[in-house]
Amino acid sequence: MKPKPFAITLDPGSSLANHTGSWRTVRPEYVDRLPPCNHACPAGENVQGWLFHAEAGDYEQAWRVLTRDNPLPAVMGRVCYHPCESSCNRGQLDQSVGINAIERYLGDEALRRGWKFQPPERQSGKRVLVIGAGPSGLSAAYHLAMRGHAVTIREAGPVAGGMMRFGIPKYRLPREVLDAEVQRIVDLGVTLELNSKVDDVLAARREGGFDAVFLAVGAHIAKRAYIPAGSAAKMLDAVSVLRGMETGEQPLLGRRVVVYGGGNTALDVARTAKRLGAEESIIVYRRTREKMPAHESELEEALQEGVLVKWLSTIKQAGESSITVEKMALDAKGNPQPTGQFETLEADSVVLALGQDVDLSLLDGVPGLEVADGVVKVDDSMMTGHPGIFAGGDMVKGERTVTVGIGHGKLAARNVDAWLRGEQWVHPPQHELATFDKLNTWYYTDAPKSKQPILDTIRRQSTFDEVVGGYDETTAQFEARRCLSCGNCFECDNCYGVCPDNAVIKLGPGKRYEFNLDYCKGCGICVSECPCGAIRTVAEEI
Amino acid sequence: MTHQPIRFYQTGTFTVGNRLLAQEQRSVQAQAGRTNSLNSGHRACQGCGEALGARYAIDAAMDATNRQLVAANATGCLEVFSTPYPETSWQIPWIHSLFGNAAAVATGIAAAMRVKGRENVRVVAQGGDGGTTDIGFGCLSGMFERNDDVLYICYDNEAYMNTGVQRSSATPPAARTNTTMPVGSSTGARFGQGKNLPRIAMAHEIPYVATATVAELRDLEAKVRRAMEFRGARYIHILVPCPLGWGHGSAETIRMARLAKETGIFPVFEAEHGEVTNVSKIRRPLPVEEYLRPQTRFAHLFKPPGHPEIIARLQQLADRNIRRYGLLDTEAAS
Amino acid sequence: MLKQVEGSAAVAEAVALCRPEVICAYPISPQTHIVEGLGKLVSAGRLAPCEFINVESEFAAMSVAIGASAAGARAYTATASQGLLFMAEAVFNAAGLGLPIVMTVANRALGAPINIWNDHTDALSQRDCGWIQLFAEDNQEALDLHIQAFRLAEELSLPVMVCMDGFILTHAYERVDLPTQEQVDAYLPPYEPRQVLDPADPVSIGAMVGPEAFMEVRYLAHAKQRQALELIPAWADEFKRVFGRESGGLAHTYRLEDAETVVVALGSVLGTIKDTVDELRDQGVRIGVLGITCFRPWPTAAVRAALANAKRVVVLEKSLAVGLGGIVSNNVSASYPGSPDDVHTVVAGLGGRAITRASLRRVFTEAIEGRLEHVTFLDLDHKLVERVLAREREQRRSGPIAEGILKDLGVVAAKIG
Repeated sequence: MKPKPFAITLDPGSSLANHTGSWRTVRPEYVDRLPPCNHACPAGENVQGWLFHAEAGDYEQAWRVLTRDNPLPAVMGRVCYHPCESSCNRGQLDQSVGINAIERYLGDEALRRGWKFQPPERQSGKRVLVIGAGPSGLSAAYHLAMRGHAVTIREAGPVAGGMMRFGIPKYRLPREVLDAEVQRIVDLGVTLELNSKVDDVLAARREGGFDAVFLAVGAHIAKRAYIPAGSAAKMLDAVSVLRGMETGEQPLLGRRVVVYGGGNTALDVARTAKRLGAEESIIVYRRTREKMPAHESELEEALQEGVLVKWLSTIKQAGESSITVEKMALDAKGNPQPTGQFETLEADSVVLALGQDVDLSLLDGVPGLEVADGVVKVDDSMMTGHPGIFAGGDMVKGERTVTVGIGHGKLAARNVDAWLRGEQWVHPPQHELATFDKLNTWYYTDAPKSKQPILDTIRRQSTFDEVVGGYDETTAQFEARRCLSCGNCFECDNCYGVCPDNAVIKLGPGKRYEFNLDYCKGCGICVSECPCGAIRTVAEEI
Repeated sequence: MTHQPIRFYQTGTFTVGNRLLAQEQRSVQAQAGRTNSLNSGHRACQGCGEALGARYAIDAAMDATNRQLVAANATGCLEVFSTPYPETSWQIPWIHSLFGNAAAVATGIAAAMRVKGRENVRVVAQGGDGGTTDIGFGCLSGMFERNDDVLYICYDNEAYMNTGVQRSSATPPAARTNTTMPVGSSTGARFGQGKNLPRIAMAHEIPYVATATVAELRDLEAKVRRAMEFRGARYIHILVPCPLGWGHGSAETIRMARLAKETGIFPVFEAEHGEVTNVSKIRRPLPVEEYLRPQTRFAHLFKPPGHPEIIARLQQLADRNIRRYGLLDTEAAS
Repeated sequence: MLKQVEGSAAVAEAVALCRPEVICAYPISPQTHIVEGLGKLVSAGRLAPCEFINVESEFAAMSVAIGASAAGARAYTATASQGLLFMAEAVFNAAGLGLPIVMTVANRALGAPINIWNDHTDALSQRDCGWIQLFAEDNQEALDLHIQAFRLAEELSLPVMVCMDGFILTHAYERVDLPTQEQVDAYLPPYEPRQVLDPADPVSIGAMVGPEAFMEVRYLAHAKQRQALELIPAWADEFKRVFGRESGGLAHTYRLEDAETVVVALGSVLGTIKDTVDELRDQGVRIGVLGITCFRPWPTAAVRAALANAKRVVVLEKSLAVGLGGIVSNNVSASYPGSPDDVHTVVAGLGGRAITRASLRRVFTEAIEGRLEHVTFLDLDHKLVERVLAREREQRRSGPIAEGILKDLGVVAAKIG
């Protein structure tokens, strides 16, 4: 062909010679922001991170990412009160993602398929004693074992699980699930010594040759309240009732049971009483429903099962077959004040669910170890005042939930590990929070939250069958895909697509993108149109 | 909708890509090997909606035709920013002749391809709203009327932007341009019909007419793909916001297009042989004010004491579109 | 093959022999018979493959041709007068893009006032558009020039305009020698575009060129046309070899030997001029003729050579540079080695006014006798224009000229019809 006409006819794509990046005054930058679910999780789970794999149907990888932080997903997927969901940005769009139910699905799937933890390749040669096989003890043992330390758990009771077993009824947590997840930790090489109460921690450390100790004995001494009671009155405490359910000493509560308290334990007892055949199971609580510390979902389930609640009431007196209740009124500050109005309720038994105290007896005479307000004082590294002795779970200050316990176990393990090497564990800097305003939610398809199946009420009132069912695979994946991936690129290609200057380079699956600053004019469309807020604008240095 | 919505894959059908989709379900723009028909280094303003729309449309057309595509381009922003000597951003065979003749040039190309037995090579003509609704209207109408085998794509940014923002017959009522101020008593364009090119195209009863915006890529791509399934004259009208002429932030281009659609100001639909066959429903209905307020071309409506009566008239226009095209799902409307 | 046909039909036949692949048809007198003729050939299947497109305007006609040509098809259209002006933007564009389109212009006057009859104002208004402009003297030449035009256009990657006088040639029945398809095929190879819109080798055609290169682009267009001046005679020779007759080239001379007076003209009027010159020669007047076939590029050297010995030059042209005088004469002056004062402009035949041998003889004689003014309007009704001008001097606002003339002719507008 003849030469092309000068200047009028040009060869294709030659504008690549024109580097329009020089126009730029601001520059986009990929960031990872902290998703609110991760931020809210007491166990520090990388929720968005494991959902990412679940979305793709890679449940094993999802489970492996999840168990980097929490070794008990099947348990947690049932009993966690999921603050992740309360903080989920999707809640502002329609309804939060069913994180907890997906976690349960992953946990159950792992048990069904027999997925095991990968033990560490090298052992450290260090020995750590964990006292107590509750959530924080098991968590610490797991994390320490994964770091190559030889761990021994000493548990005073006949079975592992702590409050997961003795505080949570089996209609919420089937025991085979708990047993299987505990066993998987034991299979990692953790030595579990049952019926092995430690009375003197220093002696136990010394005699066992342990380099460090993690205290996690929990809080299982029921708090008492002074209630004038006749000798014939049947007064029990919640801890004993629930423990009795596990040890075979089934409590005799009668036809009409009154439970005193407003926490989750009170509900557990009331619901247990119903299942044991009580015709009436009444909770007496001194404040209102709004002030009740128990979780709304559990209250709702209890009410469905026929549990009654006497709001704004205190027990003044207990007799053989009845109690006297005083009506209360909230003052300006929201505190209940007596009104002088009384009422009589028929009751065969009264169960006190007023909280638990820690049994601190094993700590007597430990130098440097301090106790305040009935709990052990620890520093930021979860270490007590005595070097090498750490503590967590219900026996230290903090919210007393299984999830918090697991988080303590993880945090303590990191610190124990560092301390054993003569180092200090430093929390890595946290990313900026991925708040709702950082998202462009237009891109997300409308999708209502998936519901978990619920056992019918008749069976809930008569058996200890599990109340809440799990997702099937389809539902779990659907629900996982509702995740907005707040603050973390999920490779939706939006930036790659919306750039008018083709200045985004797609690096391939799992590798995300990078900006081609030779051509990026800094218009900021990618920032505006990133659904999950994983791009920010920074000023260009000119 | 022309395309099958892909639901619940985290972002459904709305993002450009989706790692969870099978390769064949992904958009053209999501492909690492997309044509980039309009390549980097072009001189469009920051955040140019037309540059984006052109790449979306032409890449989709390239994909739909197995890369057997030729384009004729009217004079205007797109032409000027893409082909200043000595560089062109086009990676496809492309010709620019004049402002008003893109449709006719495309007719000639199509005729040449037919006479040479190369009917697999498809022809696109493209231009801005000025080159389409005003100066190129005669040639466009002729091309439609003869039913020449050309897909004409109008990138509508609602004024002459290349020459510095003057009114075209696609400028909406009340929008300020540099030539609306001297006409009438208001700063903005007068109320009137303007030229509704998609409806005029439909009146030619050509095989396919569609509207689209740069805010809904998958819809746009599906329409280009659908257009390429027909022989004969086809018309796609794409709303492409212009940060310069509309007076919004360069990062807001797609948002503006989205608002235009979601308020009902710009109806997104498809028509075959003169009949509307599909409409793209409004997902999250909004009052027109949401769309008007971020744009300085409408700023005079909001300056104290404000012009609620003009805004109300614009709302009426949007409401008419909503009624006429049935833009609201009955659920969404409730 | 000899055939007695209308000029338009002859051109249509010739164009068809050139195998155009895309023809854009839009009616305008006096061109219409040409595209009608081509349409008949297409529908009869004698011209195939060919896309015959009924466009909606001349602007579209040229634009479709641009597209077709850029996509590698041999493209043809025809127009006249207002039509040429309506497509003017595209005419310039086709040249700028270097697209070898061939177009017939059936020369006709330009309005207002509207007039459908012949002169050269239309084509000459486009003299700087960058096209090669060829003028036919008779129908045989019109036919031949179209065949040469395609060859020229494609060799040079430039569009070519073949101008033939409206009605005088287009509607005249004359005997022409129609070549065979084999002859035309031997002369005109298939179109090989210099640039083409092809997905296999994508290019961008029609870039925006700024001050940094625009002058160069324009210079190259000029240089190319100047190069064509060397090539056009060669292809005319080649034409003679294949077809056995002389046709085309830059210019024709007639009885120039020892001529002191040379008449220069374009198109069909050359026939009348030659007859007049023959008469004068018979009386011993040393007069000859220079017919310009190629008006663009302007054949400077050929004109200079032809006029080298002339004492005076009379340029008889069917065009008017309003406010100056002649268009052709201006070009001739620039090429005449003598004094510009010896180049006379005779504006003749505007809007179809008949040019008679008697009138020609009169002006040529006046020229020879030194009585011819520098710019003359042949057979102008001097009395009429003087009256109009006089009235306009009296009344500043005398109304439209046409109305004034009607008044002078004693016709009141209201009475017409």
